[in-house]
Amino acid sequence: MNPLERYAPLVDDEEAFFAACERPLPSVVRVNTIKTTPARAREALDEEGVGYEPAGWHDEILKLDGRSPGTTWPYFHGWLHGQEEVSALPALAVDPEPGEFVWDACAAPGSKTTQLAALMDDTGLLVGNDNNLGRLSALRHNAERLGVTNLAVTNQDARNFSLKPFGSGQFGGYGYDGDDGDSDDDSDDAPDDAAREAFDRALVDAPCSCEGTVRKNPDVLDQWTMDHVHSVAGIQKGILRRAIQATKPGGTVVYSTCTFAPEENEAILSHALEEEACRMVEFDSPLEAVPGVTEWEGEEYHPDVTKAHRVYPHHNDTGGFFCAKLEVEA
Amino acid sequence: MSDGADGVDDEGSDAPTNSGQRFDRLPATDDEREVPGRATREEVVGWWEERFGIPPETFDGFTFWEKGKGKIWAFHGDTVDPIRIEGLGMSFLRTRQEHWKPTTNAVQRFGKKANRNVVELSGETAKRFAAGEDQEVEWDGDWGYLVVAHELVGEREPMGVGLYLYGELRSTVPKGRQESLPVLD
Repeated sequence: MNPLERYAPLVDDEEAFFAACERPLPSVVRVNTIKTTPARAREALDEEGVGYEPAGWHDEILKLDGRSPGTTWPYFHGWLHGQEEVSALPALAVDPEPGEFVWDACAAPGSKTTQLAALMDDTGLLVGNDNNLGRLSALRHNAERLGVTNLAVTNQDARNFSLKPFGSGQFGGYGYDGDDGDSDDDSDDAPDDAAREAFDRALVDAPCSCEGTVRKNPDVLDQWTMDHVHSVAGIQKGILRRAIQATKPGGTVVYSTCTFAPEENEAILSHALEEEACRMVEFDSPLEAVPGVTEWEGEEYHPDVTKAHRVYPHHNDTGGFFCAKLEVEA
Repeated sequence: MSDGADGVDDEGSDAPTNSGQRFDRLPATDDEREVPGRATREEVVGWWEERFGIPPETFDGFTFWEKGKGKIWAFHGDTVDPIRIEGLGMSFLRTRQEHWKPTTNAVQRFGKKANRNVVELSGETAKRFAAGEDQEVEWDGDWGYLVVAHELVGEREPMGVGLYLYGELRSTVPKGRQESLPVLD
């Protein structure tokens, strides 16, 4: 059975939903404002005779006709980054300010990370973490190609992410010398001026069952199993909880996935709302979206999960997506 | 991606050494240097100015770090020192060799302000440089590493690093960045 069929009761127009899921996605790029402006990027595409269509809802997103973005001069210069339209939502929801301390918990290969860096004007400290070392090299490659210089790349399990490398004392001791030696003349007892204790904002773009990417990669449906949904849900809960714990009171945590499964979306938020000091906050979705669901297959979720956005492929002709914004409480 | 093999193990020695496992901040000046052979901030900023004419204030707000032998990273901000993580800012410059070599990404990011040792290519030669090809180019300036640029949307835009030797401009664009691009008029 096509796993997408389980979501028929959730969508307004089943036929349009299934039809959209079978159409391929256009090639979309985001303009990298660390290196150029949307106007110059468009001029560079014009100079080369590459056709494009602005996405309309965001100045920095362009749909290319035909050609893959990799074979253009603006791409070579790191002015453009291939990024699916809908995946630009979570970084906008994080809405970081220049100079902040921001965590991207599941960062590789880096589309959202580099978008966060651009929103921060490439200042402050952006931590791009991933548990997979191989994927980290893709993250680094992309970040450096785009000229990002405010990024620290870490390779930890996000579920028990330690801020110790950044000088946090929360696991005992300031600074992080790594070795046991006391040969250094730095005083290891004094807090470092540059030490950081908690994030201003965090993005958890969680590993998921990825049904929302079916238009890009139809194979995801063949690999889909309910067992996978359940196993990944456990990881999602752990990462979101850690993100809330590691973010300062009043700070923002955004949770996103590219799946329609309520088990991986609203259920994860409900769990976090019960276990951690946080609340759901409203935010505007620039793409057409519908609210999170409070009931699914006999389960009931926290009533506030309706503040989350579900983006379906037939609504904006994009991939599928889920995005929620939380505020950490004291 | 580990540069671990380059690093000298900290254990068993009291002398400060370079490590492939962590990022150490560059000392500000010679006087503050503890690790032999480590470049200083003053030298790094001075090198970009001397070689390419890039104003030192371009790097205000940046800190410089070494991880692995001679591999210098530029980070736009500050953090604790040392720091054991996988990456910090941008891989920026190779020191501890006879001629220091900037990275392609650093030249793309900072090279726009260069006014010395910049070779400007156009048309087919720019295309060939981006594809990683070596070619004969007229150049009567210094030999060594050059900023290689071309004109894009009315402005000079750095493409990467060329090594000019014996009348030949070698492209050092890394394999993963090489691309077959159209010829621009």
